[in-house]
Amino acid sequence: MSLAIQSPEKTITIANLNKSYDQAVKGELHYILKDVNITIKGGEFFVLLGPSGCGKSTLLNMIAGFVSKTEGQLKVGKHEVHKPGQDRAVVFQQADASLFPWLNVRENVEFGLKMKKVSKAKRQEISSHYIELVGLNGHEKKFPRELSGGMKQRVQLARVLSNDSSILLMDEPFGALDAMTRRTMQKELSHIWRKTGKTVIFVTHDIQEAVLLGQRIGIMSRGPNSKVTDIYDVPFQYPRDPGQQDFIKLEKTIQAHFDHEYTI
Amino acid sequence: MKILTNKWISNVLLWIMVIAVWQIGAVIYGPDVIPGPLATLKSAGELIADGSLLHYIGISFYRVFVGWVLGSSIAIPLGLLIGRVTIVRIFAEPFLNFIRFIPPIAFITLFLVWFGIGEQSKIALILYATLFIVIMNTLTGVLAVEEDKIRAARSLGASEWQILVHVVIPATVPYMFTGVRLAMGTSYMAIIGAEMIAANEGLGYLIWNSRLFFRTDWIFVGLISLGLIGFFTDRLVGLLGRRVLYRYGIVSSEPIRR
Repeated sequence: MSLAIQSPEKTITIANLNKSYDQAVKGELHYILKDVNITIKGGEFFVLLGPSGCGKSTLLNMIAGFVSKTEGQLKVGKHEVHKPGQDRAVVFQQADASLFPWLNVRENVEFGLKMKKVSKAKRQEISSHYIELVGLNGHEKKFPRELSGGMKQRVQLARVLSNDSSILLMDEPFGALDAMTRRTMQKELSHIWRKTGKTVIFVTHDIQEAVLLGQRIGIMSRGPNSKVTDIYDVPFQYPRDPGQQDFIKLEKTIQAHFDHEYTI
Repeated sequence: MKILTNKWISNVLLWIMVIAVWQIGAVIYGPDVIPGPLATLKSAGELIADGSLLHYIGISFYRVFVGWVLGSSIAIPLGLLIGRVTIVRIFAEPFLNFIRFIPPIAFITLFLVWFGIGEQSKIALILYATLFIVIMNTLTGVLAVEEDKIRAARSLGASEWQILVHVVIPATVPYMFTGVRLAMGTSYMAIIGAEMIAANEGLGYLIWNSRLFFRTDWIFVGLISLGLIGFFTDRLVGLLGRRVLYRYGIVSSEPIRR
């Protein structure tokens, strides 16, 4: 099975997108997201970077189809997003909340395939492949409670990869991990992305993580009425070295951007 | 003191103390008020010898078991339905919170009128005693399923039905289990009440009827038998849970986790 084969690349188009949780009369709505505009190309690694509470998770949940938009346009390929779809897979921040603790590693990874009634032999083949890709071979029979935080995130990753979605939506997936595990996971995610050619939208509040992983970084302003104010291109070759001069320079530029915004 | 934390030693010590206090009480108040351990054992021997004790235990257990199984198998689907369908929950919850405060015993007369003095009325009573506890626990479990699990399943392509079967039910198993286990306890309470009022067999009947003969020793035999079968059925349910439902997160057969 070749990994290079992927579902047709889909552009994600977000135009004048608004989100409000209020039910109030129009014009008096309090917006969480106001006037968000981004276009994410198929196969791109796009990072959404912003402070806590800026609505980046809300935006990700809207792309996933979990949360409905209030106004504006949100399209994946040619289709407006109304509900979750198998073209978009989600890696959640809390692995404990999103993995199925009654299923072992292999069964978790095979969940989507089982729902689609893929034969057992085929499921086994696919899950073995991705379990190996994320470095979990030998742990197939273990239950989530027997795994470390990093290993649980690997299970989540293998679970969405097995389902062959072209878009991976990742909501601070390494936020709860210790620094060393996080670094390893970042390297491996970057590697897997280059190998599989998926479109990745990665939410984080960690500038270094953003520069390490993303091809482009969308900066979100603090809420309410938050939007993507700037987009930084990250022109560096993978794998990237956080010690490099240009790397540090870009990190500082982005940091200065936030410092500036918050002093106003 | 460390030796006391050993489960076996502490258990043996506990029962030695209980029996000692019991014996002291018997000596102080006399055998008519408190029959001593030996007298009780002797009476138990008599009741076993004439076959009545085992028969009564059997009949009480049978009533509890049938009512409990029926009640649980009605309550679990109902709890799932109320938990999953908002409109049903809006209507059902106020009713549940009203009726669950009416103890089963309060229904005995009505059940006798409705279902007759035979087995049906007792089984219906146990069914009632089981129903609301299991519904409430199942419902709580359904509402406690993490949103991320349902979202994950949905974006992995699961249909609503598959979400129910492959996510909601497995995630709710520990709550259902707690519910049926608690219901077992209330079922014993209910059956004794029912047998006291309207039965001519069973442990409740034994305990109530003994007062006519002033056989406090028989009452003691009845009480201890109740404690023992309750204890062993709970252990059995706990063990079964641990063996069969291990993967759903039921890890202990102990009623109280340390």
